[in-house]
Amino acid sequence: MTWFILRRCGAAVMVLLLGSVLIFLGVRALPGDPAVVMAGEDASPALVAAIREEYGLDQPLPVQYVEYLRQTLSGNLGRSTQDQLPVTTILAQRLPVTLELTVLAMVVAITVGVLAGVVAAVRRGRFADYLATGFGLAGLSVPHFWLGLLAILLFSVTLRWLPASGYVPFTEDPAGNLQRMVLPTLVLGMGFAAVLMRQTRSAMLGALSADYIRTARSKGLAERAVVGVHALRNSLTTVVTVLGLQLGALISGAVVTEQIFVIPGFGKLTVDAVLTRNYPVIQAVVLVTVTAYVVINLLVDIAYALLNPRIRLSGASHG
Amino acid sequence: MADQMAVSVGAVPAPGSAERRRRLWRRFRRRPMPMTGLVLVAGFLLLALVGPLVTGDPVTQDYAATLAPPSAAHPMGTDDLGRDALARIASGARISLQAGVLSTLLAMAAGIPIGLLAGFYRRWLDPVVGRLVDVTLAFPFLVFAVGLAAIIGPSLTGVVLALGFAQLPAVIRITRGEVLAIKEMDYVSAAIADGAADGHILLRYVLPNCAGPLIVQATVAIPTAIIGEATLSFLGLGVQPPTPSWGVMLTVAQQYLDVAPWLAIWPGVLIALATLGFNLLGDGLRDVLDPRSGL
Repeated sequence: MTWFILRRCGAAVMVLLLGSVLIFLGVRALPGDPAVVMAGEDASPALVAAIREEYGLDQPLPVQYVEYLRQTLSGNLGRSTQDQLPVTTILAQRLPVTLELTVLAMVVAITVGVLAGVVAAVRRGRFADYLATGFGLAGLSVPHFWLGLLAILLFSVTLRWLPASGYVPFTEDPAGNLQRMVLPTLVLGMGFAAVLMRQTRSAMLGALSADYIRTARSKGLAERAVVGVHALRNSLTTVVTVLGLQLGALISGAVVTEQIFVIPGFGKLTVDAVLTRNYPVIQAVVLVTVTAYVVINLLVDIAYALLNPRIRLSGASHG
Repeated sequence: MADQMAVSVGAVPAPGSAERRRRLWRRFRRRPMPMTGLVLVAGFLLLALVGPLVTGDPVTQDYAATLAPPSAAHPMGTDDLGRDALARIASGARISLQAGVLSTLLAMAAGIPIGLLAGFYRRWLDPVVGRLVDVTLAFPFLVFAVGLAAIIGPSLTGVVLALGFAQLPAVIRITRGEVLAIKEMDYVSAAIADGAADGHILLRYVLPNCAGPLIVQATVAIPTAIIGEATLSFLGLGVQPPTPSWGVMLTVAQQYLDVAPWLAIWPGVLIALATLGFNLLGDGLRDVLDPRSGL
């Protein structure tokens, strides 16, 4: 197991290094002087010169890359061209907001998705199954942002139950924070609930027809224990895998949701940075996204190996 | 169920033969969900290909009728610049179709040859391709899209490139997996024994037998790309106004949600129907083309 984790970590570091090279080259592939690009279009010549000096932009590319890597690892991600704030300061403000949104959405997705999947599998071919399957198909076909608009139209514009947009930090006004998080959380969570429901349903159907379930039933175990303990536990690897595979979709989902509900999180920062050509911020958000993605995938791999002995014993994880 | 099983296990007609095609179509036609999907996809294609010819100009502005509710002249109403929403929906379908089909073709054109070669030359090419696929998978799709939009500017080209690149790993993996299985078939051994060149074997025997899973993959990739295009355009990172994309239309709709809610309905309904159509069609094709599905 230790060997498996070490190998996975090594691969993750390789991917991150390669990613940092791509990000580094990306900004330099832009037309024009990278110092001007990093300083912003209306920057003073003094600022451009300072940035050229700070990043050693007159040096050869490999030297620049080592310098970029050194600066990044020591926590210097440059300054935003909009307000000259350090990018790390901006990230520290924005990331907790997105973290709250995604964690709440995942709680909704796992609760609704796994529950609906189990019910659909147990009541296969009955009304509850059709209802859950229909919900799953609809969830796959309806884009997040349209669902968000419809939710605003219904709950904010027509019924006036919930605010359409805005954000207050949890620490300032917990009730107000949660009230404003209801719609974004549901909108982001429902799409993933649909995916989870489909996967849980098919994993449960597979598990319920396995020999050990027949054994458990013939032992006289209560149906609740058969489903809850034996079948569900063996379906959980699927849930973990799906969560890992859906991570990219969760990130883009958060970006879209923040844009609709005007939540000042990491996703809104990303879109605004691209639209205002704020390259230091773009560079940083891409780096943070790739890092988060690689690290979480690593954790999913390890969790998967812990849940499924066949993976860690064979040591191979690629089909 | 049982007699169909016996038929498909018994004499399986040669892949690509007219008999087999007829049999697959009979299986497909009997089932309501895939047929619904086929009808929805056909409707979407019709809207994209013929719609814009009938509905008029999607960018003509009419300041006398801005944000007008649905009427006989404008069945879906007009937007903030008095443009006909129906005309914009029809032209938007064309953009969706382009994004979906072009990005999938791009991924197939690049991914199939790589997958074929990686599966066929396992010893030296496969490990390299495997690692590259892993690295590609390590980047969420949105990162490609954001990076491309930052470098070449937001555009349909950027959307197609980002979506195509995001699909590449799946195409490579599927093709490679099929090649590994097909390589063990007797007809490939026979061709090798016969002294056929590698290229001939790949193109004549291996490639045609990969078609089924790749067609199914396309029906998954196209709706994903349709949603992807709409999402990126909605965020302002894709197709730029005044070009009518369903995503761009929803951006406008969001600004006028309280005065012109009808603008928010149709683009979303059509995205959902087009996506649902491809998903149902794909599910149906998978059932028909995969003998293990127990049909």
